[in-house]
Amino acid sequence: MENNTPLLEVKDIVKRFGGLVAVNRVSMEVYPGEVVGLLGDNGAGKSTLIKVISGVYQPDEGEIYFEGKKVKINNPMDAIKLGIETLYQDLALAENLNVYSNIFLGRERVKSLLGIIPVLDHEYMMEESQKVLSRLGIEIPSLKNRIKNLSGGQRQSVAISRSVYWNAKLLILDEPTAALGVTEQKKVLDLVRTLSSQGVAVIIISHQLYDVFQVAHRLVVLRRGEKVGERLTKETNSDEIVGLMVGAELVGEKK
Amino acid sequence: MMSTSLSTRENKKWLYILGKNWTILFLLGEAIVFSWMGTGFFSIKNFQNILVASTTILLLAAGETFVIITGGIDLSVGFVMGLCCVISAKIMVTLQALGLSPVICIALGAGGTLLLGLLPGLVNGILVAKFRVPPFIATFGMYGIAYGVSEILCNSVPIAGLPALAGFIGNGYLLYYLPGRGFTWFSPPQGIARAEIRNLIPLFPNVFMLSLLAILIFAFILSRTVFGQHTYAVGGNIDAARRAGIPVDRHLIKVYMIASFFAAMGGVMYTLRFVTGRADAGAARMLDSIAAVVIGGASLYGGTGNIIGSLIGTLIIGVLETGMVNLGLPTHNKYVYVGVILILAVLIDQFFPEFVEKGGT
Repeated sequence: MENNTPLLEVKDIVKRFGGLVAVNRVSMEVYPGEVVGLLGDNGAGKSTLIKVISGVYQPDEGEIYFEGKKVKINNPMDAIKLGIETLYQDLALAENLNVYSNIFLGRERVKSLLGIIPVLDHEYMMEESQKVLSRLGIEIPSLKNRIKNLSGGQRQSVAISRSVYWNAKLLILDEPTAALGVTEQKKVLDLVRTLSSQGVAVIIISHQLYDVFQVAHRLVVLRRGEKVGERLTKETNSDEIVGLMVGAELVGEKK
Repeated sequence: MMSTSLSTRENKKWLYILGKNWTILFLLGEAIVFSWMGTGFFSIKNFQNILVASTTILLLAAGETFVIITGGIDLSVGFVMGLCCVISAKIMVTLQALGLSPVICIALGAGGTLLLGLLPGLVNGILVAKFRVPPFIATFGMYGIAYGVSEILCNSVPIAGLPALAGFIGNGYLLYYLPGRGFTWFSPPQGIARAEIRNLIPLFPNVFMLSLLAILIFAFILSRTVFGQHTYAVGGNIDAARRAGIPVDRHLIKVYMIASFFAAMGGVMYTLRFVTGRADAGAARMLDSIAAVVIGGASLYGGTGNIIGSLIGTLIIGVLETGMVNLGLPTHNKYVYVGVILILAVLIDQFFPEFVEKGGT
């Protein structure tokens, strides 16, 4: 994986809020199809770093490269145009609309009625949605069901499918399993693996170390705004990672 | 086991469908009860009278439906209608004084008013979308402004002296049928005897048909087009709509302009029907129109509702009013019944969650 160019590369990112340095000279890469776990205690700077990548914040210093080219991400739309989609916990779905309407939200497909009047093409949107859901191995009883009648995991899947359908190359998942039951957590993690196998890169933020260990190829640990470690998942364990998250010397003292 | 659980599910589905469509049954029930109790209720003439009498609520409710779906409310529609009633009458009277033909006076009066009528909605929309003023406050402000301006415009005296043609259009029908003589368009057959007038059956009241045309166009827009879809999305989750790239602010402005347009249309229809311009033309109908929309299945939280529902809600109120007048009951009773139906509607919506498709499982 290391031999091709990274999909995303951030270099020496600094983000300050007044006197507080939320992110201090952090660099990281994500390769196509790779799942990277971004870990750290509360206030470590994970969310700030994610918001810099997704265009919510602009970095004070540092550079971002996407597919080898230097880019400037001024707002979330810029990020989405590049192929970087961020799913926050609220998922940004319209609960009163059905599954395929959400997948096509803001980019509805129309057909022309009587040759002149543009009307919604429900059949097309439903078929296309079904295709992307099948491709990702997601089962939802009927795409005509409104989001409010779906479970948390199904909603998560719909939001992810939407990003994938619109050609997301990098998906950032912020606490994707936080509000889910055990079975649903497993399904979402399976979905992350499927995405990865289909070449979509994923950055996953989660407090549930166990989840991250299950799916991530590589782990990046932040502490107080700085990157304190980077490990391949198969070469580390949760004790080491917790040690990095809270500060190795503290764990060392206890020993 | 399998078959019993399936059949209870099917039974439930039937209940859900009932819960979603109770308004139609309720409307039919009303019509049956009044036809049975009252005299002369069950007649083409009376049903057409109900439609004409309901036109104002119907127009206001159609516009209000869009606003309520976005999670807003427009309290100004009643007085914007009054303002537009005064403006259209004023234009017609002024042009008539300049010696223009009645057709031109009425065409310019109606057309000009429909254009000017977009302005209050534009202001409401900008306040709500760009300045984040709560819809209740923005439109409540417009409620006062529209009323004040219309009273100033007409010096607190209803405008009279309009072209007689206005009343001919406003109270006319598309089609007249005289048994033995056949159909004629737009006016009764020439030179009929007095005795024959009693047999004349007028069909399709102009005012109602014009309004219905506008309402059906907008019902189509709401249910079939991208614009309609975005209206529901804005009401369902405004942040999601923004993040999906929907121009939410512009959309909200258009929605308030639609409400305002329908209010203007209500004003013009009133002017044609009563051949006068009154500042209070729609004042009493604003709350009725909101009630009609809610009875029709919309939620004030936004995200749900549709124009056909609002149309049925309007007819429930319209049939009730006419039916009670027909029975000789005091009209105050109407407020009690509309209140009860309104609360009932909201309760039914809450107790009948929608049927969820289980598909293959």
